[in-house]
Amino acid sequence: MLAIDVKDLRKQFSVQKNREGLGGALKDLFKREYNQITAVKDISFQIPQGEICGYIGENGAGKSTTIKMLTGILVPTAGHLRVNGFIPHKEREKFVRGIGVVFGQRSQLWWDIGVIESFQLLRKVYRVPEADFKQRLDELVERLQLSELLNRPVRKLSLGQRMRCELVASLLHNPSILFLDEPTIGLDIMVKTEIRDFLKKINREQGTTILLTTHDLQDIEALCSRVIMLDDGRIIYDGGLDELKSRWSKGREVHFQFGERPDLTVLRNLTEGLPGVAWSLEELTAAMWLPHAVNVSDALARVVGGGVDIRDIKIIETNTDEIVREIYQSGTASKEATEKLAQSSDSVSKETVHHG
Amino acid sequence: MASAYLDLIRIRFLMMLAYRVNYYSGIAIYAINIGAYYFLWKAIYGTQTELGGFTLAQMTTYVAVSWMARAFYFNNLDREIANEIRDGSVAIQFIRPYSYLMVKLMQGFGEGIFRLLLFMVPGMIIVCLLFPVRLPTDPGVWALYLVMLVLSFLINTQINMLAGLFAFFVENNEGMLRMKRVLVDLFSGVIIPISFFPGWLADTMKWLPFQAITYLPSSVFTGRTAGGEAYRVLGLQVVWFLALLIPIALVWRQARYRLFVQGG
Repeated sequence: MLAIDVKDLRKQFSVQKNREGLGGALKDLFKREYNQITAVKDISFQIPQGEICGYIGENGAGKSTTIKMLTGILVPTAGHLRVNGFIPHKEREKFVRGIGVVFGQRSQLWWDIGVIESFQLLRKVYRVPEADFKQRLDELVERLQLSELLNRPVRKLSLGQRMRCELVASLLHNPSILFLDEPTIGLDIMVKTEIRDFLKKINREQGTTILLTTHDLQDIEALCSRVIMLDDGRIIYDGGLDELKSRWSKGREVHFQFGERPDLTVLRNLTEGLPGVAWSLEELTAAMWLPHAVNVSDALARVVGGGVDIRDIKIIETNTDEIVREIYQSGTASKEATEKLAQSSDSVSKETVHHG
Repeated sequence: MASAYLDLIRIRFLMMLAYRVNYYSGIAIYAINIGAYYFLWKAIYGTQTELGGFTLAQMTTYVAVSWMARAFYFNNLDREIANEIRDGSVAIQFIRPYSYLMVKLMQGFGEGIFRLLLFMVPGMIIVCLLFPVRLPTDPGVWALYLVMLVLSFLINTQINMLAGLFAFFVENNEGMLRMKRVLVDLFSGVIIPISFFPGWLADTMKWLPFQAITYLPSSVFTGRTAGGEAYRVLGLQVVWFLALLIPIALVWRQARYRLFVQGG
């Protein structure tokens, strides 16, 4: 069964236009002008049960708007939408019992009361039987190590502590789908890792479907088998992470550390005849860029056997951050475009791959 | 679910209790208000025994009771709702299997109970000691008035909700909320009993819900409206309560389509 089924989903907002100056303000007073903004433009995708899917895109690409439609907060302008078998905004109260939601930038706990009191209130709101609640809470508290935090008021928690509590709050009613909107924003690496491990575990053990938006691609790498990439309200990529990488990373870079500064033309001559290989040299370090078509060992053999004094060799794979940045910049990752780019990768200049 | 709503009342009550020091000053402010009105009315009455159908004793009681009732039914739900809409935190309320407006109502009720117990009751005792306030002796009137007080709370809360939900449609409804507060105080009869209004305005008021908040129940409590007439007042309150459900439902439905979560 599909956990999420989206077809031609669209969301338009009309945003007030503010005209400039005093005259504009007066005009606005009598006749408002509105701009139609389409945040989500006819997107379609399906997520089967038990999948962890990453939903990425630049700020303002429409990720949050999509999540808000999927969770029943916003009403779509057009299109079909089914989550867990419900149309979220139509059967909201029944629908939300089966989902858990965490917004990284908003707390869903009650600010002034203790954490445990918030949980108790949620138990009543979701009508979780006392015994089930106790068992789940104990388990979650143990896994996320919250026992000392339970009696503290939410406002006195650190961001990392709060986010762990938010996760517990979203899972107390045992939802089958979990929506996470930037769950690791602003967290330190320890808490991030802890949260990732925890999410992986509940997905494995309970089969919870997870859809998460993030700007941290390490979240995606650690968790997701599938990525949906959004740009300007449209889906520009939907598929496996490995596929995205292999399709978009056009090569790798080999760094050499030399004992004395070699001549760039000498290096170029060494790789003569290997198509697409490019060199750059800075003091004693040279970088050799290789497209996928060229075998690393072939290229290495030539350089090593070329009689230059090599002290150290490093092979650097293009990482996801760079791939994604490149896609954002080009604004497309559709199949045709990627294929076209892959074909012409030989001629793509080296500037597109920077190592930070 | 009912127990969740009860919990919301309890939590709001406890929260108010935590900040109770803020409210001690409120008791003094209400007592001063009542005192000022008492002396003002005394001066206005001068040698006259009756004005606008009120004797001075009735007027004193009316003022005291109305202000104390206001302490109970008054709440800031309009502002709370408007703020939650403006800063986008209303979104969180939509992911829960409950009705947002019911939650707000319960929170308002928790606040009302707090004010009733820690504000209205001690305030009333102080006022009764200081000024010649005459409270009814008939327990039936007290019982009836308590029911009316709950309806006052409901009607006032409904008006607050309508005003607060307006934030869905305009960018800033702060000015409107301020105007609403003044209008409700004036038209509900807290400041001046409606029988003192010019004829046309008093007639207009008959077609508006405001007098059902203070003027009519206070008239019952001070004994100006009695017997079957008192039950007619209760009936009128119920009618207004039911009638106001309609615009709220309509605005709420519209609002669902207007929701535009700020801050991404």
